[in-house]
Parts: sequence; structure tokens; C-alpha cells
Amino acid sequence: MNAFGNLSGVKRDFLHIGIFGLVYLVLALVVSNSYYQLIMTIVPIWAVMGLSWNLLSGYSGLISFGHAAFFGLGAYLVALCSVVWDLNPWITIVLATLAGAGAGLLVGIPTFRLRGHYFALAMLAYPLALLYVFEWLGYQEVALPMHREAPLTYMQFENPVYYIVIALVLLMLALGITSVLSHSRFGMSLLAIKLDEDAAEAAGINSLYWKLAAITISGAIAGAAGGFYAVVLLVVTPLAVFGMLVSAQALIFAMFGGVGTLWGPVLGAFILVPLSEILYARYAADFPGIQGVIYGVAIIAVILFAPEGVLWKLRAMRKPGTFRMLGSTASKADFGVSEELLVVPPMHDGKPVLEVAGLAKAFGGLQATSDLSFSVREGELLGIIGPNGAGKTTLFNLLNGFLRPDSGDIVFHGQSLQRQRPNRRCAAGMARTFQVPKPFTHLSVLDNVVIGAYVHTRSKVEASRHASAAIHLVGLHDHLDLPAANLTNKELRLMELARALASKPTLILVDEILAGLDPQAMQDMLVVLRRVRRLGITIIIIEHSMQAMVQLVNRFIVLDHGALLAEGSPDSIVRNPAVIEAYLGRQWRQEEAGDE
Amino acid sequence: MDALQTLENVLQSLVAGLLIGSMYGLMCVGLTIIFGVMRVINFAQGEFMMLGMYFTYFCFAWLGAEVYFDGLWFPFVLAVLAGPAVFLLGLILHKALINAVTGRRASRLEAQGHYAQLVLTLGIALVLQNGGLFLFGSNPVSVSNELSYSAWEWGPMVGDRVSVFVNQAQTISAIIALVVVLGFGLIMVKTRLGKSLRAAADNPDAATYMGIDVDRAHRIAFGFGIGITAIGGGLLASNVSFQPYIGTEYVIIMYAGVVLGGLGSIRGAFLGGLSIGILQQVSAIVLPNQLQGTVIFVCFLAVILFRPQGFFGRRDRTA
Repeated sequence: MNAFGNLSGVKRDFLHIGIFGLVYLVLALVVSNSYYQLIMTIVPIWAVMGLSWNLLSGYSGLISFGHAAFFGLGAYLVALCSVVWDLNPWITIVLATLAGAGAGLLVGIPTFRLRGHYFALAMLAYPLALLYVFEWLGYQEVALPMHREAPLTYMQFENPVYYIVIALVLLMLALGITSVLSHSRFGMSLLAIKLDEDAAEAAGINSLYWKLAAITISGAIAGAAGGFYAVVLLVVTPLAVFGMLVSAQALIFAMFGGVGTLWGPVLGAFILVPLSEILYARYAADFPGIQGVIYGVAIIAVILFAPEGVLWKLRAMRKPGTFRMLGSTASKADFGVSEELLVVPPMHDGKPVLEVAGLAKAFGGLQATSDLSFSVREGELLGIIGPNGAGKTTLFNLLNGFLRPDSGDIVFHGQSLQRQRPNRRCAAGMARTFQVPKPFTHLSVLDNVVIGAYVHTRSKVEASRHASAAIHLVGLHDHLDLPAANLTNKELRLMELARALASKPTLILVDEILAGLDPQAMQDMLVVLRRVRRLGITIIIIEHSMQAMVQLVNRFIVLDHGALLAEGSPDSIVRNPAVIEAYLGRQWRQEEAGDE
Repeated sequence: MDALQTLENVLQSLVAGLLIGSMYGLMCVGLTIIFGVMRVINFAQGEFMMLGMYFTYFCFAWLGAEVYFDGLWFPFVLAVLAGPAVFLLGLILHKALINAVTGRRASRLEAQGHYAQLVLTLGIALVLQNGGLFLFGSNPVSVSNELSYSAWEWGPMVGDRVSVFVNQAQTISAIIALVVVLGFGLIMVKTRLGKSLRAAADNPDAATYMGIDVDRAHRIAFGFGIGITAIGGGLLASNVSFQPYIGTEYVIIMYAGVVLGGLGSIRGAFLGGLSIGILQQVSAIVLPNQLQGTVIFVCFLAVILFRPQGFFGRRDRTA
């Protein structure tokens, strides 16, 4: 087994790609008008650009306005190599692909520090900066030299059908790559990042790695498209290949057809490119810029009426009421329900699982935690309590790596976690759940949990097995196929617990898992938590409900204003005057008094 | 001699940068209002600037000829009038299009509607740009009168060797830009409208519970935002020649200024735009003309990568 998961899905895609290729080829042979032949060459190139954009932005959710950078570099590389060294396009398109990949990686490394708006804006600047550089270098117009003597070597065919065939092959390759990737761990990881990057990191996904992989492959595809575009048009100008419209078109075709789908970008290009070309040919004299207006109107209409693209809209119309759920890499065929998979063999080395020493973190003037030290023994169930704002969740964020401490150290199984990213900590055996659940809403319960299981295995079968064991343990096995968005609060919390369990942790950080649950649900949850503990997993739990906590934990830590107020057995804590003063309040004391 | 020549060049560039930068600053303020209140990256901002330019141009051409306004101040009045005109357009556009993907509706969309907003405004930009090509033609035009070619001489200084020329049209434009920015700042701080805009920006849900019509606040913010940028465009029209595609070039200048100042901060946006103007003019001393754009992009990238919260504003929560 390899990382490329669900073969049946990929096989089905390949069949569709093959049929599509055949139909297009037949069409290419039938059409004889040279103008239509040119359009039939251009359309696949733009579909490839749409797929390239989709591979990065559609799957990861980071919007790129800069795909013209990769396209333009590819185009100029082919044109300049042909002018300067007389290299043939068969070689230079491969070089353009590599250049696109390299540019993707180079752009990605600094730019992935940014998210959301900032990422989109930064991407905008790359192609436009390059545009001016190429103008300054004096490449306002680079024409490929003619080589009528060797049409095959230099891709300068008399018969335009050959161009269509090459364009089609490029498109089929791009489709194939997209299909394989989207059905693999790659697609699942990017979807998780798109839906909730923090949760993805906490579930062990190295988000930077997957985003870099995406932009590198995406850049490579765009570079190839640009290279071939230069061959077809024979002239390259900065505006035509680095211009805003190039990036915009890539985005428009993908958005129009359907974001995050295999065929969406193709559909977008196949509708919009011919439409705008034909209208342009007919009305350009009276209405210059009609192409831009069509693209503009097309995406405005899509955003207003089918915000996720035509393809998703069509699917929703065919099956009304279906929730938009994204692809899956897991298969239920791989199920073997065995709790043993999740058992943590005891170390018996007497060392603490977790040691926290002098941990401090301030937000501006607010000292969220100050000089906090404690340790957690193997198999312990440690409760953390404290009034609102005592720094409990901050502590978890420091422990799992969302926040960097100002000072202090966290030692997990004898190893310092200084500067380790959340996904590394998850891989090292520290999992967590969130105070406000962070489900991947568009994914099924099973896929949500499988994401956690990919930390320790590349095999889909093994990941599915771990996930199913975790889902059974928490008792969600009747909801496997339900989208996470349809779950109740309790089910969401159980699913998060299962996702944490699937990563085979030795320690789970549980953040207010009982919040908002009714008494019965609370009892059910306590049963599940005890079950988790029996596996040998150490648990640290933040909770407000004293009643529930006293039943559950071995030991308490009480935080107040970021500092350790008290530490001890449940018995000693509920009688500790300082704790009563700071947290439990007088009422508790009175109730206790009344009980006795 | 050489040193003095350099001094003169630097002083000249600084002055020109300051004046042009004020206009950039004004345009940046328009952009940042939209981001600050609506959390929307408006891609079409450059096109609204372009509309401000053509508004000034056509009113100048028609009214100037028909009614015979030939006062030297006339283009500047028209530039300011471009504000209300584009403001009205903004109200309509917001109601018809933008509102569908912003505000409280956005939270239901994928990625808080970022996709939808960016793409919708990109669509509007494409339509305006290319529709402009149809309506206005592709020939570069400009709104110039004697003031565009007149300058006050500052100096001579340093023993009659150094003189700085201060362009009159640019000076008037810069002063108007400053007045508009200050006026808008007063509206935001002093008036009930300003308070409701700031409240809607801070927390749309809470503002709704306090009885503020957030949709209306957004509509007004959008109108203000593009209207103010259109005034900037109108003022710039006296100094540069333009065609319908000019927006793309300037939207980057605006974003560079806004990011430099810290997204969402009005004061920061103005100072950011000012800095970009100065940077652009001063870089022209040492760099070839074509690379001026690249300098701005590189500076923009450097800021966004290493100091995304900007230099002049408060730290933005989305950073």
C-alpha cells in the first residue's frame, strides 16, 4: 500500500479522463476551421491553468492571485531558450515545468507565513513585479524563431491538429495528477488545512509541508502551460503572460466551474474561453474589452448564484438537500474494530510523561501564565481548574505549540519541546481537543478521524483501522458517514476525542469537553473518558464542573491569574481555603457545610 | 557641483513625492475604510479611482466647453465632486452585489466569504476596466491646465546653485487631499455616523444588538471608501495621463500604502500612501523608470512578509 489511497476513485477518474480525451480527439479531427482549431488548442491550456490554480487554492483555501508568475516564467523560459540557444520546446517545456516548480517553492517558503487576505495580496505582487523586470530587461516582445525545416523537433506543425493533441495531453496529465493527489493523503491534508488550519496542525498535519507541496506542483503545472502557450502563440509579451488577466483567468475558470473539484476548472475553461473568444472575434471592433466584461460578468454571476461553482450547483440540483461533502480517502472496507490498536504500552520507567518548568507567557501587559511548574505522571488523570481568565486554555496552547512561551520549558517523555510545531508534538504523542470544537465541517465523521490517524502511518488501510477503533471507542460508529456539520454538541466533542485518539497519543489535553452538556450526556462522556484512560493514556482535563471533576480525576491543579494556586488530591482541593476563596466561592463552602 | 546636483535632485524628488504621496494617501484612506469596516479586500478600488479620473475628465471637457467654466480651480472642484458621484454608485453596487457576500452573511460562506469577496470585486474590476475601454476609449487622456505646468520656485539656495520647483497643480491637489482626509477623520471621530461605522467595524453582531443597521453602515462605508479614492483619482488626473486600465497599476500602490500603514488604520493608510509616493519619486533618481513599479512591489512584499501589521497602525487581529 502507498500514500495514494482510494484506487477505485482514481480508476473511475482515469476512465472519465480517457473518455474525455477520446471525444476531444475525435472532435479535433472533425473540425477543420483553423480559427476553431486555435480555440481548441487554447482552451485546454487555460483548463490546465485552472487546474493548477485549483490544486493550490481550491484545495488549500489560500487564494492565489499570482499564478501568472509561474505561467509567465514558463513562457519566457521557452521563448528565450529558443531565441538564445535554439533549444527545442520538448526540452524547454520540461525546463519550464521545473522552473514553475522552483518558483512555486521559492514563493511559497516566505509567503506561507501569511494567511487569508494577506496571502492573496502578497501573491498579487509577484507576477506584477516580474512584469516590470522583464520590461526593463528589454523583453517587450520575444518572438520564437521559425524552424520550418524541422517541424516535429520545434513543435511548429503545419497541421494544427498536432497542437490540439499536445494541449490535450497536457490537460489529461494535469487531470490525472489532480485526481491521484486529491484521493491521497495530500488531498485530505489540504482539505483539513482549508477547513481549519489550527485543528489540522493539532491533528498532526504539517501544514507548511503540504502547502509547499501544493504550490510546487501547482507552479510546475502552470509553468508547463505557460511554456506551451509560448509555442502556440510564437510571441511572448510581459503583459500577455505576467498580466493580471492571466492570474484572474486561472482563478475564474476554477471558481466558475467548481472549486476543489476535478472537472470544475475544465468546465469553466470550456464554457468561458470559447464564449469570450467567439464574441471577441465578432464584436471586438465595436466593443473592445468584451472578453474582460464576459469574464467579469461570469464570475459576478457565479458568486451571486452559485458561490461554489457551477458543478456544485448542478450536483445540488440533482440531489436536492444534500450537504456539500468533500472527497474521502478512507474506506469502510478497511475496518477492523480493535481497541487494542489504541492501547498505550506502559513505560514503567517512573519518569513523568510531562514536565513543565517555569512556563511564562504574557500578552502585552497581561500575564497569562507566570512561572508555572508541574509534572504529570504516566496514566494519571490530572484536572486543571481555575476561574475564567486564569490561563487554562493558554496553558494548553503553550503545551501543544499554538503559542510560544516567553520563558520556561516543556519536557515531554524526557524531550524538550522547545520550538516544535504543533504537528510535531502531535506526532510525538500529544493530542488535544478544543474548548470550542474545531471539526472539519465538510468532511464525514470518519474522514475527520482518519486525518488524525495519518500521523503515524502512510497507509490508508492502517489509518482507517485506527480511525474506526477510535470511533467505536467513543461510540460514534453509527454516524460514520454523517458530515461533521450535522453533529450535535456532544457528538462533536466525542468526534474530537476520537480524532485525538486516532493519532495514538500517550497524552491527551482535553479542554472543557463537558461544557454545554446535559447531566446525562455528561455522565456518558465521563464513561468514555474513563475508557480512554484504561487504554493507558494520560489525560489532562480542563473543566468547570467541579461535581464531574471530583468523580473523575486523580489530582487537581488550580490556576489563578496564570499562577499555580494549589495542587493536590480532589479531597484536599475542595477543602483548600485559598481555592475556595479564588474559585469555588462561598456558596460552595456553604453547600459543603450543608452536606455534612 | 555633482554633490549639489544630487542635493537638488533629492530635494526635488522629496517634494514631488510628498505632493503625489498625499494623493496616494487619500486613495489609500478610501481603500482602508472598506477593509477596516467591512473586512473586505476590494480589488476594484483602482477602477473606482479610474472612474473618478474620467468623471473629472468628462465634466471638464463638456462643462468647460459648453458652459465655459475656465477657472483654473475648476478641475479641482470637479475632482472633489467625483467623490459624491462615486459614493452614490457605491451605495447601489453595495446593495446590488457586495452585500450578498459581506457582513454577517459572510460568516456562512466558505472561509468567511474571503473567496467570494475577492472574486466578486475582481469581477467588478474586470467589468469596469473593460467596460471603460468601450465607453471611454483606449487613448490616454489627461485633465491639464496651466497649473499642471506651473511651478513655484523654492530657492535658489546654497549660493544660487540649488532650486526646487513645486508644481502648482500638485500642491493644490495635495492640500485638497489633506483636507478631505482630515474632514473624514472628523466624521469618524465626532459624528454619530462615524461611531456607528466604527461599532460595525469592531463587532458586527454586537453592533446589531445595539440597534445599528450593519448593512447600512457597510453600505455607507463602501460608498465613502470608493468615493474618497475617486477624489484621489480626480486630483491625480491633473497630473498624469490615464486610460481605462490604469486601475491595476494603482491598486498595488494603494495596497502597498495600506499594508505599510497597517490594514484598517486611517492614519496609517495616509502615511503609508505618503511613504509610497516618496519612495517612488526618490527611487527614480537611481533606478530606471521601468523598475519604479518593481520597487513598490518589492517594498510591499517586504512589508507584508516581515511586518504584516504595518508601521503606523495598531496591530490587526487578522494578521
